[in-house]
Amino acid sequence: MLTIAFYILSALTISSALMVLFSKSPIYSVLWLVICFFSITGHYILLDAHFLAIVNLIVYAGAIMVLFLYVIMLMNLNKESEPQKPVWLKFASVITGCLLMIVLAGALKGYSELPPAAITEDFGTAKGVGKVLFTEFLMPFEVASILFITAMVGAVILAKKHVND
Amino acid sequence: MEWIFLLDKTIIAFIAFSITLLIATYSTYAERKIAAFLQDRVGPDRAGPFGMFQPLADAGKFFFKEEIIPATSNKFLFIIGPGIAMTTALMTSVVIPWGGTLEIGDRLVSLQVSDLNIGVLYVFGVVSLGVYGIMIGGWASNNKFSLLGAIRASSQMISYELGMGLSLISLIMLTGTLSMSEIVEQQHGFWADGYFSWYFFKQPIGFLIFIVCAFAECNRTPFDLAECEAELVGGYHTEYSSMKLGFYMFAEYINMFISSAFMASLYFGGYNFPFMDDLGLSQNWITIIGVIVFFLKIFAFIFFFMWIRWTIPRFRYDQLMRLGWQVMMPAALLHIFATGAVILFNQH
Repeated sequence: MLTIAFYILSALTISSALMVLFSKSPIYSVLWLVICFFSITGHYILLDAHFLAIVNLIVYAGAIMVLFLYVIMLMNLNKESEPQKPVWLKFASVITGCLLMIVLAGALKGYSELPPAAITEDFGTAKGVGKVLFTEFLMPFEVASILFITAMVGAVILAKKHVND
Repeated sequence: MEWIFLLDKTIIAFIAFSITLLIATYSTYAERKIAAFLQDRVGPDRAGPFGMFQPLADAGKFFFKEEIIPATSNKFLFIIGPGIAMTTALMTSVVIPWGGTLEIGDRLVSLQVSDLNIGVLYVFGVVSLGVYGIMIGGWASNNKFSLLGAIRASSQMISYELGMGLSLISLIMLTGTLSMSEIVEQQHGFWADGYFSWYFFKQPIGFLIFIVCAFAECNRTPFDLAECEAELVGGYHTEYSSMKLGFYMFAEYINMFISSAFMASLYFGGYNFPFMDDLGLSQNWITIIGVIVFFLKIFAFIFFFMWIRWTIPRFRYDQLMRLGWQVMMPAALLHIFATGAVILFNQH
């Protein structure tokens, strides 16, 4: 049962991710990306990481993609107005993509030799994730939040034309 | 026993689904009757006794009206928009505990479709997806007024989602759990340990922030700028006609019903009622009375939504944004700090 669900979800994830690339209209790309995030949420649920699943849904599908949609809707991008990219750029992106795939494949090569992770009782719940974040990984967590604040302040400064006003 | 469990849940989900639709249908009737009452009119009274069949007549009219799909619109997205709005509105009712547990034979049946351990967050996730129905519909119409209406509606929803989430954080700090059924169970009865057990009495300011944000999330007056006809013709559904328009309006009423149920269960004790342990009734009777009490609470909230609609005029858009970002959000943040301080003080 779970295996069947996994295969269906994986097929959905991969095909929607490919549709993001192959769609001509940017709006459709964004909508396929939303479906892709949905299926990734499904993978998290299969892994019993409920908290992560719902946070993925709220943050990516619910907030970030809505902002993407905003920008694309307001820019009124159509198939006709989409700029043609130069050939060298297409080659360069294909080569970079392949290199990334080699790195990922190399990194995952020995996955079957890894010991299964110890699953505690509150694994994946808000309680379990919170405890780990605020004890074991407190430092990286705080540093990441400072990084976010920096990015936000930077965006506001860029968006404001006259900072000194 | 697995299939019996699934059968129970299917039946409960089906009943919850039908009740949601029924109440949303009759909310349209209630809205018109309450508007009439507040403005000293009679209201709909032609179809059936007291106009009881008015919603059916409205639905029939929606189905038989001519359906117009603009030639320049994006047809697929234009059709799917109302569907997304409706689906996301209906999805939230899964985690709401409609009642306690019933004893059927030797089995205990909980009147909740699914007790997710992240129930509150699940509702948030689905609510944040509700924006898509509006945005896709508004954009696919290929009409500037629709697009502006969609952008207004969705930026309003995103802004008020923040205040809503932050006001819930202080509630969750008290409950220590995200599961809806546990939160309702903590508010058992009416009086516990020398104080009211309902969270409204522990967090009145949090509730105030929450209800204001709920009004904005449902696009209800005084925050119904999405359909501000003086400036925007009709908002994001300007180009919609027939049952597609009906779906958008219906989704709004379902959202109102669900947020009423949400507020009733988070802040007003859900299916709990005063003196529920002193009546000396059996478990099943308590549960049945609890369900009735829960629905009475929901109806009270729906009445409140409508009361406000016919009392307070619409905000201006800059006032709406100022209220959302400069009043609601800082107030909710301060409330979190205050709640944390009180919890710390009580521990020592």
